Amino acid sequence: MVGISLYLTIILAPLVASIIVGLLGVRLGKRASHSLTILGVLIATVCSYIVLYKVQIQHVQYNGPLYTWLTVGSQRFSIGILVDTLTSIMLVVVTSVSLMVHIYTIGYMAHEEGYERFFSYISLFTFMMIVLVMSNNFVQLFFGWEGVGLVSYLLIGFYYKKESAIFANLKAFLINRIGDLGFLLGIGLVLAYCGSLNYDEVFSKLSSLSTIVLPGTNWSITTVICILLFVGAMGKSAQFPLHVWLPDSMEGPTPISALIHAATMVTAGIFMVARLSPMYNLSHTALSVIIYAGGVNCFFLGILGVIQTDIKRVVAYSTLSQLGYMAVALGCGSYSIAIFHLMTHAFFKGLLFLAAGSVILAMHHEQDMRKMGGLAKYMPITYITMLIGSLALAGIPPFAGFFSKDMIISSARLAYDNGLPGGAFAVFTVYASVFITALYSFRLIFMTFHGKERFHHNGHHHSSPKESPWVVTLPLVLMAIPSIIIGWLGLEVFTSGEILQSSVFNISWYTRHFAEEILTPIKMVEESFLELPVYFALAGIVVAYVFHKVDGLSAKFVKLIHPVYVVLERKYFMDDLYINVFAPFGRGVGKFLWTIGDMLLIDGLVVNGSAKVVGGYSKIFRKLQSGYVNSYATFMVLGVIILLTFCTSLIFSS
Amino acid sequence: MLTSVLFYVFAFILVFSAISVVTAKNPVHAVLFLVLAFVTSSCLWLMLNVEFLALILIVVYVGAVMVLFLFVVMMLDIDVETMRKGFWKNLPLAIMLGIIVLVEMLVVLINKPMVINNIPDLANSSISNANQLGWVLYTQYSYPVELASLILLLGLVAAVALTLRKSEKNAKYQNISKQVAAKASERFEMLNMPSEREIIEEDPQEGDKK
Amino acid sequence: MIGMNHYLVLSAILFAVSVMGIFLNRKNIIVVLMSIELMLLAVNFNFITFSSFLHNLAGQIFVFFTLTVAAAESAIGLAILIVLFRNLRSINVQDMDKLKY
Repeated sequence: MVGISLYLTIILAPLVASIIVGLLGVRLGKRASHSLTILGVLIATVCSYIVLYKVQIQHVQYNGPLYTWLTVGSQRFSIGILVDTLTSIMLVVVTSVSLMVHIYTIGYMAHEEGYERFFSYISLFTFMMIVLVMSNNFVQLFFGWEGVGLVSYLLIGFYYKKESAIFANLKAFLINRIGDLGFLLGIGLVLAYCGSLNYDEVFSKLSSLSTIVLPGTNWSITTVICILLFVGAMGKSAQFPLHVWLPDSMEGPTPISALIHAATMVTAGIFMVARLSPMYNLSHTALSVIIYAGGVNCFFLGILGVIQTDIKRVVAYSTLSQLGYMAVALGCGSYSIAIFHLMTHAFFKGLLFLAAGSVILAMHHEQDMRKMGGLAKYMPITYITMLIGSLALAGIPPFAGFFSKDMIISSARLAYDNGLPGGAFAVFTVYASVFITALYSFRLIFMTFHGKERFHHNGHHHSSPKESPWVVTLPLVLMAIPSIIIGWLGLEVFTSGEILQSSVFNISWYTRHFAEEILTPIKMVEESFLELPVYFALAGIVVAYVFHKVDGLSAKFVKLIHPVYVVLERKYFMDDLYINVFAPFGRGVGKFLWTIGDMLLIDGLVVNGSAKVVGGYSKIFRKLQSGYVNSYATFMVLGVIILLTFCTSLIFSS
Repeated sequence: MLTSVLFYVFAFILVFSAISVVTAKNPVHAVLFLVLAFVTSSCLWLMLNVEFLALILIVVYVGAVMVLFLFVVMMLDIDVETMRKGFWKNLPLAIMLGIIVLVEMLVVLINKPMVINNIPDLANSSISNANQLGWVLYTQYSYPVELASLILLLGLVAAVALTLRKSEKNAKYQNISKQVAAKASERFEMLNMPSEREIIEEDPQEGDKK
Repeated sequence: MIGMNHYLVLSAILFAVSVMGIFLNRKNIIVVLMSIELMLLAVNFNFITFSSFLHNLAGQIFVFFTLTVAAAESAIGLAILIVLFRNLRSINVQDMDKLKY
């Protein structure tokens, strides 16, 4: 019982804080609001570490329903809790990053309107994410899924008076709807074919599904389910072609970008696929689809990061690229590696966003990198932590990103060797992306922290930029530490899948390979200098440095590849495709259904039509309702006579 | 033979008076014809050996209900001419419907005649009809009798409640709650009266001083 | 010999006449009430006839209760009529169309 109340505390502490602050925040005041929500998340964080300890060391796992809220026939829908190794790791990641972001927000949002509302939202988000992670069935997963989507919508549009924010949150919401439709269809198929929505019951029925095909086609039902569920993951985890909302979501305040659009929510899709790894293992076709989506994200969207000038957008595109890495790892069947990268990425990307936010704060909410430069000497803590984050992101040994990224590269090669379709594409994209990643992350560092100070030119910033307050820098430091060491700690356990045993099942060839080969961090760092990726990363840094040092080189280069630059500038015309093709098409279909289906058929014929028929008859029959008592008596007697006639005829007919 | 003659005579009177009720110009006449119809049917019931109900019909119906009708008809100022409007217009329809009803009933009666033979008269013929009814009413039907008495009470209360005019000044009615709330001390007053004295010599003021 | 059918035919005639009465005197609510009394009489007649010929007291009991209810009904009916007259100064059914509004 202690176990369950511990789990419930994790779930409910942020929710309670969020509700109290959400409803009474303005009366409680700023101080009480942030204290309360931070307390809630702190409780959840501490409990999460206890859970991690219990699960990993004492091997205490839990899987069971708490409350049945719907029974349809023999089908029971319950709220349930599943605590296993995967959950415990996700819990720690989510609550830790969330706690850091909560503390950071005190400094970042200090002078903003809607301070209390913001805290309420991020606590609510933490609650939703915990529900998503801890669920033991698809319905609850979907609840958390939609919940984080909702909070994301609310937070992207946090500045609700800003035109572009409204546009961005609507865009995020609509794109996520597309993904959610696929997700919902997938859940529906699972229910139809497995007869249950609980993970363990579904997994136990998987073997009987292998021979079933979707009616009317020869597609295996497992493949269809996996791909549909991955469409949901595409929406939430911003995989190509449903990625377009993520860069625009940078309209939200920076702590949100760190929490939701980098560290946690966008990894929900990755988490879901890892959670359902027994199912995905059965469908190589679905894995290939994931590889292609991830690969496109990883490489082609990574390139876009190189030409951005908005500091947050650079980090946003790098998030897309890193999500692509995770997806490739999933597609290669090495789910534990994907979770490994998810974890390291959560820390260093959260760090990068928070550091970017710190820069933005110092620059008085100026986000354009062309108006920065030379900030290193003004804000040393931000500079050093951001440098650590960038090194981790670029995959320079021995920072965290190096280990997880290198493992993804290994698993991509392994998948290629074992003939998984799309393996070659995976290998190409992960190699190429190493270069791209290093290029854009160090372009950011050089443009922001080095070179000429360009921020005095625009007039109204007379005082020189100051380092941010301690509530901002403390989370930076606290997140920089795991960005360095977590790779060392996690490598062995994640590679062998040991830490995720009994909840995530890597594909067979991966397990076989790493059963033979034992990796240690030291050995890996040594060997990495004999391999290409590190040199790719270093090359990226060098190129970034060259373009930074040599004036006018980038302008010349842009002129040289002008057509390509235009394509990149317009983000491969994806936005134009959506706005000019899909949206008008959808609107056209909607308008057709509206005018023909709704107005003419439903409103005109069914609703108003039936009312008109009734009205017409009433016009005739109301003449009978004279209101005179005697006419009612007359009709009563007439009725008696008719009844009498009927009875008489009955007697004679019998 | 005599019973047949009597039956036909009474039947003729009954039908005649019934038709008169529905066609009479003056409502007072209609009520009187209705009384005649009740009396004749009472006679017919007597011929069927149903003495108790025949007498009840006269006592309750003619004696109470019909008199009530008569009171109302006479009390209200009825404009006879407007009442008669539409009488001739409705006549063909009314006759047609009446004939339909009659023909249908007669057709049933004539084509499917009920044959009653040898149904034994279980009742002891020495006991009167009223006695027989009494036995059944107060044993087997005691509960319905109670209900019927309640219905009569309800009718009584309802009639009084409907026609009672509290708004008018000279209307007299009881205020039950005041009656219930009355105290003994308010009902009568104790007065101390000096007793009359015959002896004149004594001081007349003495009695008052006590 | 007068049989049961004679009485039944008589009550059928009575019933038909009272039906006619309702239609004839559509304006006069009092006569309508009287027609209803006649109708009840016809029905009672049937009960009495059957009771007498079948030697079963149940019919008479039924008539007893019918009379009770009819007495109560006419008392209330006439009371309503009086209230109506007080309010409308007329018992013309043409004026009794308040139900419509």
